[in-house]
Amino acid sequence: MHELSIAQSIVDIVLQHLPKEEGVTVRSVRLRLGAMAGVVPDSLEFCFGAITEGTPLEGALLEIEHVPLRAHCNDCGRDTDIEPTLFVCSACGGTSLTVLSGREMQVRDIEVEENEGVR
Amino acid sequence: MSVITIERKVLEKNDELARQNRSLLDRHGIFAINVVSSPGAGKTSLLERTLEHLAGRLAVAVIEGDVQTDFDAQRIAKYNVPAVQIVTAGGCHLEANLVHDALGNFDLSKIRLLIIENVGNLVCPSNYDLGEAMKVVVASTTEGDDKPLKYPAMFRNSSVLIINKIDLLPYVNCSIETLRANALRINPSLIVYETSCTTGAGIPAWCDWLVERTTAGKT
Repeated sequence: MHELSIAQSIVDIVLQHLPKEEGVTVRSVRLRLGAMAGVVPDSLEFCFGAITEGTPLEGALLEIEHVPLRAHCNDCGRDTDIEPTLFVCSACGGTSLTVLSGREMQVRDIEVEENEGVR
Repeated sequence: MSVITIERKVLEKNDELARQNRSLLDRHGIFAINVVSSPGAGKTSLLERTLEHLAGRLAVAVIEGDVQTDFDAQRIAKYNVPAVQIVTAGGCHLEANLVHDALGNFDLSKIRLLIIENVGNLVCPSNYDLGEAMKVVVASTTEGDDKPLKYPAMFRNSSVLIINKIDLLPYVNCSIETLRANALRINPSLIVYETSCTTGAGIPAWCDWLVERTTAGKT
């Protein structure tokens, strides 16, 4: 259940980027998440919903952009998306792989709305 | 509605603290390992055998991570090494700030090797850099031989694999060759040791490697 701690880190980062003035609501948070980041998306969404209550992020949608595990095969030279539980080149079955992506966990951007009645 | 670009790593705060820990440890010439495994693989038993074997050879300190209780720290206490217990109270992994605080309890000038025993969990600790020089993953024969494929991130991020409980091989459905092959498929650069904390098999080789690695480059 480190998803709770990860959700908290996401909220902390977003709060640092909100405009200082009151009355801003976060509509969505876009997160890049690698297939081998070790995070269960459903669990992260659940935790995110729970800890954002009473914050400017309450009700915000956590949009998860999935990044596949991609590797360069040192046998056949091709770059393919690979299955984390198989860990072999999808083209030739080679096992000598250099991982190119799939461990990302990054807050990309947020969509914010100024509340009515403010300004 | 407006979009604010952020582009920041979620765990950047932990990573920054881990960097501080690493530079503190480097400054004192301390080799630190982060020992990870599923619950019950034998991390604490391995630690006990290791401390026994290294007594008088190397100045070791221990950070014990546990979800609840200080049972493990009590087991370590009899080896007379500086030890700090971190109880995460439900948390499934250690984070760099906890290790940072724990380091404040040691006289770092007197330590050569720091062993951090993480919380038993093959998922969460793989994300959190603590500032260690390397992760050591313990997999026991009773867990079967497919653990590396089920938890690739942990095996990918570790430098050493210890296959523990080899004395139980005749009784369990686990092929040590398959376990080794699966682990090396995920991470071809893994250094592998096979141990039994009950018979003591493999402990000297593992400890010799630790001593060599700890004293490497130092006189």
